[in-house]
Amino acid sequence: MHPAFSVIIFTSLSGAGYGSLAILAAVKYFDFFALNPLYGFFSSAISLLIVTVGLISSTTHLGHPRRAWRALSQWRSSWLSREGVFAVLSYLPAGVFCVSFLIPTPFNSIIDIICLLTIAFSLTTVFCTAKIYASLKTIRQWNHLLVVPVYLIIGLFDGAIFLMVLLTIIDGLQFFQLNYFIIFLGAVAGLAKILYWWSIDSTQSQSSTSTATGLGSSNKSVSMLDAPTTSETFIMREMGFAIARKHSRRLRLITILTLSIIPIIIIFLMTQPIALVSPMVLGIIAILFSYFGTIIERWLFFAEAKHVAMLYYGASKV
Amino acid sequence: MTSLPTNQTNTKLGLVIDLDICVGCHACAVNCKEWNAGGHSAPMTDWNTYSGTETKNGEDSGAWGVWFNRVHTFEVGKGQESKTVYFPRSCLHCDEPACVTVCPTGASYKREEDGIVLVNPDTCIGCKLCSWACPYGAREYDETDGVMKKCTLCIDKIYNENLDEIDRVPACVATCPAGARSFGNLGDPNSDVSRLVEDRGGYDLMPELDYRPVNKYLPPREPQINVLDDGQPFSLVSMADNANQTEPSNNSILKWVDTILSR
Repeated sequence: MHPAFSVIIFTSLSGAGYGSLAILAAVKYFDFFALNPLYGFFSSAISLLIVTVGLISSTTHLGHPRRAWRALSQWRSSWLSREGVFAVLSYLPAGVFCVSFLIPTPFNSIIDIICLLTIAFSLTTVFCTAKIYASLKTIRQWNHLLVVPVYLIIGLFDGAIFLMVLLTIIDGLQFFQLNYFIIFLGAVAGLAKILYWWSIDSTQSQSSTSTATGLGSSNKSVSMLDAPTTSETFIMREMGFAIARKHSRRLRLITILTLSIIPIIIIFLMTQPIALVSPMVLGIIAILFSYFGTIIERWLFFAEAKHVAMLYYGASKV
Repeated sequence: MTSLPTNQTNTKLGLVIDLDICVGCHACAVNCKEWNAGGHSAPMTDWNTYSGTETKNGEDSGAWGVWFNRVHTFEVGKGQESKTVYFPRSCLHCDEPACVTVCPTGASYKREEDGIVLVNPDTCIGCKLCSWACPYGAREYDETDGVMKKCTLCIDKIYNENLDEIDRVPACVATCPAGARSFGNLGDPNSDVSRLVEDRGGYDLMPELDYRPVNKYLPPREPQINVLDDGQPFSLVSMADNANQTEPSNNSILKWVDTILSR
């Protein structure tokens, strides 16, 4: 599948933004550590801003961005529509959650409900984003059990690093439990990606040129002799993106290193007293790596996905 | 509404494409473009029409545009046993069209009364998700209009009362010079098209994905002529043998001619 830049930016940014909102709300709800109101406000406000940038980015690949509001109507059947609905709805609890840091309220139970709603809506939106891809039977590499968990884990991972970095910037301090949680998420994300790659490499599509044309049999192969046109069709441009196996191997390695291993090492170093560089600088380096890793991971997610329609255009397998 | 119709009628309009007859002339695709460029989904735009220099690096990617119907060519089998099969491909108006259910706006829909799958160009946002959901590559995006387009089964032709009844068939069916395309109600087991499917063993494309396409394909027939190893048909072999026979024929006139000439 053709990796659309706007969609890569959208899924990675919104994942990180919703991830950080969900974790911040969880920290507040379970009172994992005391949140300085200024920190709480800024980190939730910036998370919402990141989510908004992502959502706006996603509308730029539309043919008619000004009709985007219509996408909220078909939540009964469409995961894309559900994603839109939850993205819009999540602004309510998340907005109140953000403002609640500035206006002290005596009604703690209301804040608790707001926190729970923020967690639920944030995670549900990321879940719906992943389901858009995971529900497509036409693309074996997307119609996979690990797609949804990977979207959620990477979103939480990027979001958690973002929260930790802001903590060092705004409050100048660290909560090691958060660091250990990030290390855990990073390890799970890396392992999940390795398992995913192993799985898509070792399984095969049940569709082939033979089933696509109905012409083949056990002793008769089917192959394309002539394409329908001399130039590329929309289908070939949109779905015919192919990546060399050699490059895909290297990019997978880069993904694991930058998304998982390097941030884990840096974030572990931050918990050690011997650190030569300030935790803030280390944190910023970690988030640059993890976000770069997320972009590569998302790019590969598209580039390695093979659509069954390409069987009509000469693909020998998907 | 992109949920599928709950009380679908028994009418399932669709096409039956005979891969045994298709000669690969592309007339169906061309007449489809001709009719639909002025029809329900008009315009069907083209880009780089005269194949100029479209890309910045000087490479010409050729003319391209929106088509609802494409004719592919496949080679089935290898060597002497191989067969060239022309394969027209268009929307199959599936019973389980995921292209419809994934649509976030309700622009894609399946008609309750005849099962035709259509796109409303006034509400389509051009997200292209439906084209991802279609396994058959039937939907093509119109860059100029910013909306998705697809086969309408010539809905503006098949119900058009200004046309003679014989002309109320999709453009591809009307134009096929070989009669490889049939149009009718595949929901009625007694219709001509359903009988054709029954008689010839018509099949679904990619049945494993369970989209339950309405359109059916008829397989190429097995060759009726037996051949020798070098590809020579048996019937010609016996003709050649007969030609070498020197014995006079039983025909009395020929016998007489033979006698005269042999003198």
